[in-house]
Amino acid sequence: MTQTQSEPAAAGGPPVPRGRRRLWGPAARLTGRRLLAAVPVLAAVTFGVFAVAAASPFDPVQQYAGGGGLTASQDTLDQLRHNLGVDGPFPERWWHWVTGALTGDLGDSTALRQPVAQVIGERLGWSVLLCAVGFAVALVLGTVLGVAAARRRGGMLDRCVTSVSYALEAAPPFWIGLLGIWLFAVRLDVLPAGGLTDTGTDAVTAGGLLSHLALPALVLGVSQVPWFLLYVRQGVADALEEDPVRGARARGLSERTVLFGHALRSGLLPVLTLVGSRVPELITGALLVETVFSWPGIASATVKAATATDFSLLAALTALATVAVLAGNLLADLLYGLADPRVAWEEM
Amino acid sequence: MNATRTVRVYTSVGLVAAVVLAVVFVPLLFPVDEQAVDMAHKLQAPSLAHPFGTDDVGRDVLLRCVYGLRVSLLVGVVAALASTVIGTAVGAASAAAGGRGDRLVMRVVDVFSSVPHLLLGIFIVAMFRPGVWPVVVSVGLTHWLSTARIVRAEVLSLRSRPFVDAAISGGASRLRVAVRHLTPAVLPQAGLAAVLMVPHAIWHESALSFLGLGLPTHRASLGNMIQDARGTLLAGDWWPTLFPGLFLIVPTLAIAGLAGVWRERINPRRRSELML
Repeated sequence: MTQTQSEPAAAGGPPVPRGRRRLWGPAARLTGRRLLAAVPVLAAVTFGVFAVAAASPFDPVQQYAGGGGLTASQDTLDQLRHNLGVDGPFPERWWHWVTGALTGDLGDSTALRQPVAQVIGERLGWSVLLCAVGFAVALVLGTVLGVAAARRRGGMLDRCVTSVSYALEAAPPFWIGLLGIWLFAVRLDVLPAGGLTDTGTDAVTAGGLLSHLALPALVLGVSQVPWFLLYVRQGVADALEEDPVRGARARGLSERTVLFGHALRSGLLPVLTLVGSRVPELITGALLVETVFSWPGIASATVKAATATDFSLLAALTALATVAVLAGNLLADLLYGLADPRVAWEEM
Repeated sequence: MNATRTVRVYTSVGLVAAVVLAVVFVPLLFPVDEQAVDMAHKLQAPSLAHPFGTDDVGRDVLLRCVYGLRVSLLVGVVAALASTVIGTAVGAASAAAGGRGDRLVMRVVDVFSSVPHLLLGIFIVAMFRPGVWPVVVSVGLTHWLSTARIVRAEVLSLRSRPFVDAAISGGASRLRVAVRHLTPAVLPQAGLAAVLMVPHAIWHESALSFLGLGLPTHRASLGNMIQDARGTLLAGDWWPTLFPGLFLIVPTLAIAGLAGVWRERINPRRRSELML
């Protein structure tokens, strides 16, 4: 359970020590505790994945044998089943997979004809790049528009921005991506419609990368904006009505100082700490955006794996996504403790 | 402020009613063969005869959107109901069990929430493909978590209310307390969760269909239509892509608006006033 979903434990917590807080020790201990807690969660998720596969009609032997599986004798099939290591009950196969995974052996991807570890190694970087840039876009757009809307709550700009946010929240990212392709690649012809390199070349250049990254990152960012924007707007608008802001205005401070020095600081704080808990939504967005733009990342590989019922790859990527979500939760809690001195990491 | 609220309520109700009427009556009044093609009228831009234009095999996009919305709504409603039933049962059982059982159930909920929904849905569909039911099951199985949390919290808070104590000291059995006192109080919350889940379920169905993992490709679902239109979009024809997306957004906003009104009506303060 992440701390971000509940109220801060500040009210009844221990008195905050004066002077500099010691940061590294408690942060390291929280990280250690979360690492320990991640082990059973990962075990449960992968076990569940193997259980679902065992309950499904999917048979790796038939998949491996292809058309030949229909005519092959039972003996051949049994031998094949043994050779593929899928003849035991599923807990046994799960344990085999876990022990293999600990040594870096995640099996082979049938869809991409590569070791799974190699698939992840080649593609993870591109996904991280796309998600990082997309998230940065969301943060910038969300903050700027959210603050602008919060300054005049109920005003024209506020109503426009919030309406568009709600509409965007309801719009599927793949649809936004396709409309983006239509506008920028087909109508205006200023950006490529997808992929990582121009047709006819495999070389990734800085300029080419930038032009290929722009549209997917923008779409991923825009699909994440509504949530962020509405939170910023709420936080800043509430902060603008609080006593410190009223006091600052009464002292005759400039609107600029009031907005950036007072309202923004206290209004943005709760939002920034929630950033880490957005990892599931980011992964969901990446799954759709990478597919629309043929981005050679890990999320589009997931979709390929699912279309081809590539169990090894799917199992590894599900585990990887779980790791990412747990890491995001940890990051959220660390930021929360860092930003709000009333919160003690020891209690998380 | 109140005037805008009234406008919002009527717009939401009107839109939801329009959507329901459209998906029920349009297929009755304009029955079309989903497989029928009309190559003579393919890719016509929006006009009076075809307000949303025609797609790459000459089918009317407006009519197909309504058919698609009907399939998507059906899948969404069934999946939302399934996830609400699972969530309510798990949440109530967890709260009733208390102690170690409660903690165990909540751990399971935590494990489920550490896998992104869409990824879990993709995995289930990939293993059980193809068809309508794997989609319904995958959406239903991945969306009961929030309902379980809400119902559990509601039951836990209700259990410590005076009227429950009164019922117990009046000699009511556990079953009677659960059926007579807790269920009627939890139902509005579960109902609200179910309504809010419908657009979410539709969203997931369309995403799965768009990825080629959802409904069979010949079914006119909104996700399938957007997937089908990718080729024509690259040729510059925007209408087969734009309108199915709008058909996803408008019902979602209408249902969300309606649910917002409902939430205001069942908010805790108002309800406790009614009970006293």
